[in-house]
Amino acid sequence: MITLVDYKAGNLTSVRRALTHLGIPCQITADPDVARRADKIIFPGVGAAGAAMSVLRERGLDAALKESFAKGTPILGICIGCQIILEHSEEDNTECLGLLPGKTIRFSSSVSQSVNPLQSPLKIPHMGWNAVRVTQPHPLLAHLRPGDEFYFVHSYYPQPADSSHIYAVSDYGGEFPAAIGKDNLFAVQFHTEKSGAVGLRLLQNFSNWEIK
Amino acid sequence: MLSKRIISCLDVRDGKLAKSVKFVNTQDIGDPVAKAKEYYEQGLDELVFYDITASSDNRGIMLDVVSRVAEQVFIPFSVGGGLRTVEDCSRVLLAGAEKVNVNSAAVKNPGLIAEASKAFGAQAVVLSMDVRRVPPSAAIPSGYEIVINGGRAPMGLDAIEWAKRGEGLGAGEIVVNSIDADGTKEGYELTLTRLIAEAVSVPVIASGGGGKPEHLYDVLTEGKADAALVASMLHYGEYTVGQIKEYLAGRGLKIRMQNEERRMKNAK
Repeated sequence: MITLVDYKAGNLTSVRRALTHLGIPCQITADPDVARRADKIIFPGVGAAGAAMSVLRERGLDAALKESFAKGTPILGICIGCQIILEHSEEDNTECLGLLPGKTIRFSSSVSQSVNPLQSPLKIPHMGWNAVRVTQPHPLLAHLRPGDEFYFVHSYYPQPADSSHIYAVSDYGGEFPAAIGKDNLFAVQFHTEKSGAVGLRLLQNFSNWEIK
Repeated sequence: MLSKRIISCLDVRDGKLAKSVKFVNTQDIGDPVAKAKEYYEQGLDELVFYDITASSDNRGIMLDVVSRVAEQVFIPFSVGGGLRTVEDCSRVLLAGAEKVNVNSAAVKNPGLIAEASKAFGAQAVVLSMDVRRVPPSAAIPSGYEIVINGGRAPMGLDAIEWAKRGEGLGAGEIVVNSIDADGTKEGYELTLTRLIAEAVSVPVIASGGGGKPEHLYDVLTEGKADAALVASMLHYGEYTVGQIKEYLAGRGLKIRMQNEERRMKNAK
């Protein structure tokens, strides 16, 4: 049973529908004690970091997530759920969960021009399909082939302090981390629940994931 | 770098699929959920559902279509048609759409764009505009005029100005539908698409006139569009999504290819 943490994130229903489609049992909870007892947790997200953190704190889910991470519960973060596992986000200057060292930073619209002055400025948010390149093998990404694409919608991206926490990158005016993690924690910046077959397979891999 | 997106538009009336040709003589061609699933499996990047239901009594049918699509189709999709208030938008988003598509209602009430953008984020608000070519004038310097109500009502509003204003109000994407090209299958309106793509910094989706894969290539390069909308090319089974994508990728565009297609290509 996978437990989806409800903190008013927009894509909770989409993730639940994807799991249901795959035949993976799941429940949605806003109760920190239910989250603490979960076998596996998905921590989805759409929206702004500041609002997300304040709902997590109000509901006591921040402490529950920290405890679950510490005791080895497999956790999958998606989008905002990938950004607020770091220590800080530039969005709303938000103090985040700090499960991994690092911070979430905003795309710079001038990046592409510094690389190529003739190119038009980067459109933000980064929205659409982009290729994800695996930089370090991980069971959740085992199915990926070069050039596989996922659906992204975001203006900020996660930048772990320790590069060994980066598992995959994508390229938008320069490379940025698209999948990060450590031990029982894995998180993706893209919307795996809206990324067709490769995205569904990642959710299936999470369901099958056994941490050695 | 982002891939160029291939999007299909499904017009839905009373829960059934219809394809309009020059906005008249719509004919029923099937079940929108089954079609959506078929295109999803072929590797389509995104879907648009446009509710052309005449009676407001039947609006609930559309929400049912939206939620059934969301249970079976795992790519982003937007819903438009008859969305007049933030509450209307909220209902389709809750039913499972990623984005709302506003058109006539936004021309009549531009505040709708701003309100929806504030409530759901710019990425969830697509401004769709129907445009007709007219002789350039003081009011319409570009020679492209906004029309509403399915092409029946000219608004005296320049399409380029309206696109810029829509972006300023918080639209995250703009669909440019040429009424002159719609249903002709003779190609997209390249000049109009390029003028709008150069005027705004949000993604531009070209719509109307796609009849062959070359037309998509032209509008995604010369027309500077980020995405192209296809309808009858797919709806009548003339092409599959894979055939269109193979063509575009073969001409060097960055296109999302599913593993199956890539494997088949490598095997050739």
